[in-house]
This record gives sequence, structure tokens and C-alpha cells, in this order.
Amino acid sequence: MNPQLFQLICFYAFGFVTVASALAVITLRNTVHAVLALVLTFFSSACLWMLADAEFLALALIVVYVGAVMVLFLFVVMMLDIDQEKMREGFVRFLPVGLIVALVMLAEMLGLIGVRAMHAQLMGPNPASVAGVSNTAWLGHALYTQYLLPFEIAALILTVGVVAAVALTLRQRADARYESASQQVRVNPRDRIRIVKMAAERPAGDVPPAPQEPRP
Amino acid sequence: MLDQLIQQLVWPIVYILCITVPLIIAVAMFVYWERKVIGWMHVRMGPNKIGPFGLLQAFADVVKLLIKEVILPTNANRFLYYLAPLLALIPALAAWAVIPFSSRMVLSNANAGVLYLLAMTSMGVYGIILAGWASNSRYALLGALRSAAQVISYELAMGLCLVCVLVLAGSLNLSDIVNAQAGSKGLLDWFWLPLLPVFVIYFISGVAETNRAPFDVAEGESEIVAGFHVEYSGSAFAIFFLAEYANMILVSFLASILFMGGWLSPLQGVITANVSPWVNWIWTGGFIWLFIKAFIFSFMFLWFRASFPRYRYDQIMRLGWKVFIPIAIVWVLVAGCLKYFGLVSIGPGV
Repeated sequence: MNPQLFQLICFYAFGFVTVASALAVITLRNTVHAVLALVLTFFSSACLWMLADAEFLALALIVVYVGAVMVLFLFVVMMLDIDQEKMREGFVRFLPVGLIVALVMLAEMLGLIGVRAMHAQLMGPNPASVAGVSNTAWLGHALYTQYLLPFEIAALILTVGVVAAVALTLRQRADARYESASQQVRVNPRDRIRIVKMAAERPAGDVPPAPQEPRP
Repeated sequence: MLDQLIQQLVWPIVYILCITVPLIIAVAMFVYWERKVIGWMHVRMGPNKIGPFGLLQAFADVVKLLIKEVILPTNANRFLYYLAPLLALIPALAAWAVIPFSSRMVLSNANAGVLYLLAMTSMGVYGIILAGWASNSRYALLGALRSAAQVISYELAMGLCLVCVLVLAGSLNLSDIVNAQAGSKGLLDWFWLPLLPVFVIYFISGVAETNRAPFDVAEGESEIVAGFHVEYSGSAFAIFFLAEYANMILVSFLASILFMGGWLSPLQGVITANVSPWVNWIWTGGFIWLFIKAFIFSFMFLWFRASFPRYRYDQIMRLGWKVFIPIAIVWVLVAGCLKYFGLVSIGPGV
């Protein structure tokens, strides 16, 4: 089996799984199953990227989306109490709207591909393999030298998003009770407990008085 | 055609078996060792009936688990209930693909090895969450939620610790990271010294990420019986057990590779004699050193379990978010400065 053929088989296998699981996301009845299908979609597209020698992007997709974002998604969906039948009622009613949106998106994509094709910008050879370094090393170099400003601006925008999310959800409630960790650490054990030193046994003959039990 | 097929399929499978089969046996012996060590720390005997010194106890337990019935709870989601143990086990085994055991013994010398490890360890949480949800039990669901929150929190601290190592080593390849710790000053060349706080944070996060004591609120038996795997029995439970212990051994290996010089010897550069290939590994380094270091770290898992009471849930979250992550972020800057001003020797020194 030559490597190219093997790669092609892998490409079609991963591509098929990606498309099939993406379809499953919107057709499965159980929402938790749908989220898991979405996880599978992410995973197989990461495999596709890996085939295209974009190992950093592929692994970052798994770490960020599969490892963190989808876990939180699953978290929320597991907590929801969704009436499955009610969700499906509006399917026919919303079908035309969905079709229109899909058609507009298709037209836009075709237009984009057409414009690109007119410029006939053929992709050059993989710059990382030309430079003789790994994909990750090349990407790091490019991000921190050539694209430093856009990279930092993106980081700034994300930070603003984080701060905004915290500012929007942070509410000081008057009746909220919390424990101060520093106060807990500063506690002196001598204020709370008293250690009493006493003999382990009594001298013989010194029988303690029997405890007086309350009679009913 | 046929010899190519053998080259591309059969040999990798043989190599994979060469890692997973010893790993599974190591897990069995590690369980035995855990019970023995905790027994000694409690002034008990530990298992001592089956086999010499009780050595076969773990195998007896495996057989017992395998012949027990796997019970499906009422109204449980059958597909996910059976899928969850596999989702826990597969990443735990897959992560071992990039571990370099010595300078030549590595299954996949991937360039983005550290990223691959992060990806695999972050996927292990699905097994736990789905086990909790699919078993249709409140205890299991509570355990799964606790575990998910904890794993995500400590993954961040762990990732930042890895960033420090990457900054110093300048590579995502695990073999390169070990080679960057080579030098002539013995164990002072390893990354634990310039990255001491990060090293501690990494190991504690590793304990938290594997849901081990004192961070085992996910299966806190005094509150929620056994957490996410309360409904699992027989071989399904055994698979969860296997995944947890394989992850513990993995974290021990990673701590040794990233901070303790992997297969390098603590005597590197101190002794440079050439006696015989049977003795030279003591100072030139070899896989035995990696195994010794990993054994010490995995022993610490057991030591923690026997020594510390369980953390309260809010204390776990506070430790992860308010203590570990800020320290790790600051140390990324420190590591950058160390590298920029050339204060740390990287790679084989003269």
C-alpha cells in the first residue's frame, strides 16, 4: 500500500465521519447524543487537519474545543430538562427559513470560491517543510514576528471578552455567605481546642462513680 | 505490498502492545503496592494471602471483577453507559504513545508531543461525565459534575506549567525536552531547579487531575458513596480502575520527563568513565533511571493518600484558580527572563 493511497483512504474516512456526525448533530433526538456527535465532528476535523500537516491547529482544536468548550456544553445540556417532542414541533414551520439561510450561505461560499479561483492563487508548498522546521515551530515564529500586532490585538480582544463576562455576571448579594481563607489559615488552634494531659490509667481501687443515668 | 503492509501496520501494533501490556501489568502491581504501602502506614499487613507476600492479590481481584455481572441500572442510557468506561480508558492508553523511555526507545517521536499529551488528558474527562450522566443516579451525576469542574480548573494550571517547560526547552518534543536538561552538573541541570514552584504545582495538579486523594471529591465515599462509578460493577468498573491507575503512572512519568531529566542520570557529567555497557548507564543515563524516578513519584501518590484528609470543594477551587494559576503565570515570565538572559544552561553543556 503506497503512502499516498493510504492518506487518501484516511482522508475519505475522516471526511465521511465528519459529515455523518455533523448530520447526526441536527438529527439526533437526544440532546446529549447530539452534543457527543458534535464532539466527534470536532475530533474528526482535527484528524483531517492533521492529515493536512497542520498538527498545531489540529491539537489545539482538540485541547480547546473537545477538552474544554464541549465539556462545558455537555455540562449545560445534561442539566437541561428538554421536552424532546416539543422541540420537534416547529420543525416544518421553520424549515423554509432554514432553507433560505442555507441557500444564502451556499451562494456566499460559492461566490467566495469563485473570486478566489479568478485570482488563481495556487497554494505554494508548505512553508514549514520548506523552512525545514516543524509546523508548530514555524507557526510560532510567524505569529511572534510577522503577525505580532494582529496576534496581540486578538489577545486583547479576548481579554476584554473575559473581563466583560465576569463584570456582567458578578453580582454582590447581600445575603451571600462566604469564608475568608486567610482568616481560616490565621486561626490559632489554642483558641479552639484545649489539650488535656492526664494519666492513661487510674490507680487500682479508685473506682469512678457510676454515671447517673436519668430514669424515665 | 505485503512487506510494506507489515512495516506500516504490524510493527506499530507490536510496539503498541510492548507498551500497553507491561502498563496493564504495572497497574496491577501498582494496586498491590498501594494496598501494601497504605497497610504499612496504617500499621497493618496489607494483602498477604494470595501468592508469595500477597503478590497475586491484584490478579485475583481482576479475575473476580471479570466474572462478576455488569449491572445496567433501570432507565440508564445503555449505549453511553457502556461507552463511558472505554472513553475513560482510550485516552489514558493513547497518551503513552509519545512517552520517550530512553534516547532511542520512543513509539512516536512526535514534534508536538506535549500538545498531544494535553489533548489526550483533557479527553479523559468525557468518560467520567458520561458515566455520571448515563447511570441515571444522583450520586453519580454529582460526582461527575465535581470531577468535570475540577479537571477543567487544574488543566489550566497544568497547561501553564507546561508552557514554562516549553519556554526553557524551546521545543514541544518530549525527547528534545529531556535532551535540553542534559549537562555536566548532574541533577542541577534539570528543570526542577529553575522551575521549582512550577514543578510543585505541576505534580499537585496532576494529583488533582487524576482525582486522587486529597482531591478525590469526585468519589468522596463519605458524601456521595463512590461518585461517578457508583453504578458500575464487574469489568466495567475494572476499566475505570485501570484508566485511573494508568493516568497516575502517566503523570509520574511526565513529572520525571519534564522536570527531572527523564532518562538522564543524576550523575551525568560527574562521572565520565567508560567501564562496561552494563555499568555505564548509571552515569550516562538509561530507561532504568526514568523508571526509578517515575516509581518515586507514583509512590508519592500513595503517600498523599495515606497522609492527607480530603479537601473541601471550595478549597479545591480556590487552590486551583487563586493560588496555582497566578503563580504559574508569574513563573512563565520568570522562565522567559531566565531564558532571555541565558541564566539556565540548555542542552549538553561543555
